[in-house]
Amino acid sequence: MIELQHIFKIFNAGKPNEHVAVEDVSLTIEAAKITVLRGPSGSGKTTLLSVLGCMARPTSGRILLQNREVTSLPSRFRTEIRRKTFGFIFQQYHLLQGISVLENVMLPAYPNGDSFAQLKQQAEKLLDLFGLLPKAASKVEWLSGGEAQRTAIARALVNNPAVIIADEPTAHLDTKLSRELMEIVAKFKAEGKTILIASHDPIVHESPVVDQVVDMRDGKLMDSGAA
Amino acid sequence: MSYLVNKQRNILDFALSSLLRRKGKNLALVAVYTLVVFALASVMFFAAALKKEASLVLSATPELIVQKMVAGRHDLIPMSYAEKIRKIRGVTAVEGRLWGYYYDPLVRANYTLLVNEKTALPEKTIAVGAGIARVRSAYRGSTMNFSSYEGKPMLFQVRGILSQESELLSADLILLSATDFRRLFGVPEDYATDLTVQVRNKKEVATVAAKIQQMLPDTRPILRDEIIRTYEAVFDWRAGIVIVVLLGALLAFLIFAWDKAAGLSAEERREIGILKAIGWETSDVLQLKFWEGLTVSLTAFLLGTIFAYVHVFLAAAPLFATVIKGWSILYPNFRLTPFLNVFQIAVLFFFTVVPYTVATIIPSWRAATIDPDQVMRT
Repeated sequence: MIELQHIFKIFNAGKPNEHVAVEDVSLTIEAAKITVLRGPSGSGKTTLLSVLGCMARPTSGRILLQNREVTSLPSRFRTEIRRKTFGFIFQQYHLLQGISVLENVMLPAYPNGDSFAQLKQQAEKLLDLFGLLPKAASKVEWLSGGEAQRTAIARALVNNPAVIIADEPTAHLDTKLSRELMEIVAKFKAEGKTILIASHDPIVHESPVVDQVVDMRDGKLMDSGAA
Repeated sequence: MSYLVNKQRNILDFALSSLLRRKGKNLALVAVYTLVVFALASVMFFAAALKKEASLVLSATPELIVQKMVAGRHDLIPMSYAEKIRKIRGVTAVEGRLWGYYYDPLVRANYTLLVNEKTALPEKTIAVGAGIARVRSAYRGSTMNFSSYEGKPMLFQVRGILSQESELLSADLILLSATDFRRLFGVPEDYATDLTVQVRNKKEVATVAAKIQQMLPDTRPILRDEIIRTYEAVFDWRAGIVIVVLLGALLAFLIFAWDKAAGLSAEERREIGILKAIGWETSDVLQLKFWEGLTVSLTAFLLGTIFAYVHVFLAAAPLFATVIKGWSILYPNFRLTPFLNVFQIAVLFFFTVVPYTVATIIPSWRAATIDPDQVMRT
């Protein structure tokens, strides 16, 4: 369970170009459920995801992860939490060009200190799950949009995280691939993973597998409810 | 322990595949870098090996030489001086040496002529250094013509060619008998070029030299250690000249390397951001950049050093030989005994590998300390 208490995120605080990206957000995200943050561009969804995923510190407020306060931890510990607890799927995928699909998937696990053979086996298992094993040695720039996204999902899963965070995951996918993605997300939920998605795509927030939709506008929560 | 080793192996593995992604840029960098290390290492190896060679050769020379001085110039020394020196306590033997230079207009080169009592050549015969044998096409049994101090021709038969091992010092050497030497240069019977003095106790050489100077104020005693020091200074000086010439190239490389290593491209910055976002710590990113920098610089260092070794010790340093060996026309042609100084290699390593590795880490450190959430916004 993740609990957000009065989260504020203000950029350039005290300067003329001050911008309040997230304002007084309090929210509880249940474990093993799918939560969708819905809202127009600039509503603060991505900022909230990065604060929640220990990528950025909130300007004020507290985040409790399994009842453990994580906002005040030194960045080394926050990095470790980020690596071990969260798996990120970015809107632009952010795969590293010039290296193979397999290496891209293994990348988040390198600092863990597991043996290379072990990592490889784990990554290949994930690639197999997404039907990408034949492409393991291919460079990522040769992949289609759907393949690139599945590679990004496999990378998010390589450390077996408890929480998966996806930022606009269907932004570059057609309807068929978007529905396939939601099927994959449903499988994660069945495995007991917590899923957080920021999206304004109806295929995502109207999907029957979604448990909670949180509406955001101008950095604030509107009203939230079960999907 | 295995956690740390595995982690470093994984990061190194990624560093290597990362380098391969920018093959063109990195290969060019390694090539130029190797060339610089090669040039520097060649000069260092060569000068050090020459000094070593010279000191080995000179270790066989007498400990103390006495020359007579006239108006600050070296003059012939009367053999009567030998008698006086022999009386100094601690001196075991004093011998007169005969040696000089002969200019051969045919090949426009100076030869060094020396009388060696030990080889005791018969009259009208000579032994020549390999350098002379080459330019004069001399061989055992052939003859060489010289012009005496009176302008009269003197014909000598070549009885032998001096061994290659000491060619550094004997390339232009001619050995002949004392009688022939005196006849050729007009040196009177009771005079020698200089005197060699043997001292029983090595520690007393400097004292004996001081006594000679006091007893015979018109002489100049020369210690072997001084000669060795002079040779070393000369070789160092010549190596210095080569390094100064190379300095321009070195500076150009430094600018090139700094530009390549220190300037992170937008792509590299983005990648560092992604690594941080997917859970790499700042220190992990720095370790990655450290391995990348070390791979490039260590490869260049090893290649450059190996090429320099081959260049100097197997190919006889064709690129610098003429400058460092000597100014004479009769360049010695010989293979140096491989001699490597650990300290020297450590210095080379320190000045080539360390700056580059540091230069790659600093800008990465700046990029790695950014907040990972930047990636979410691009």
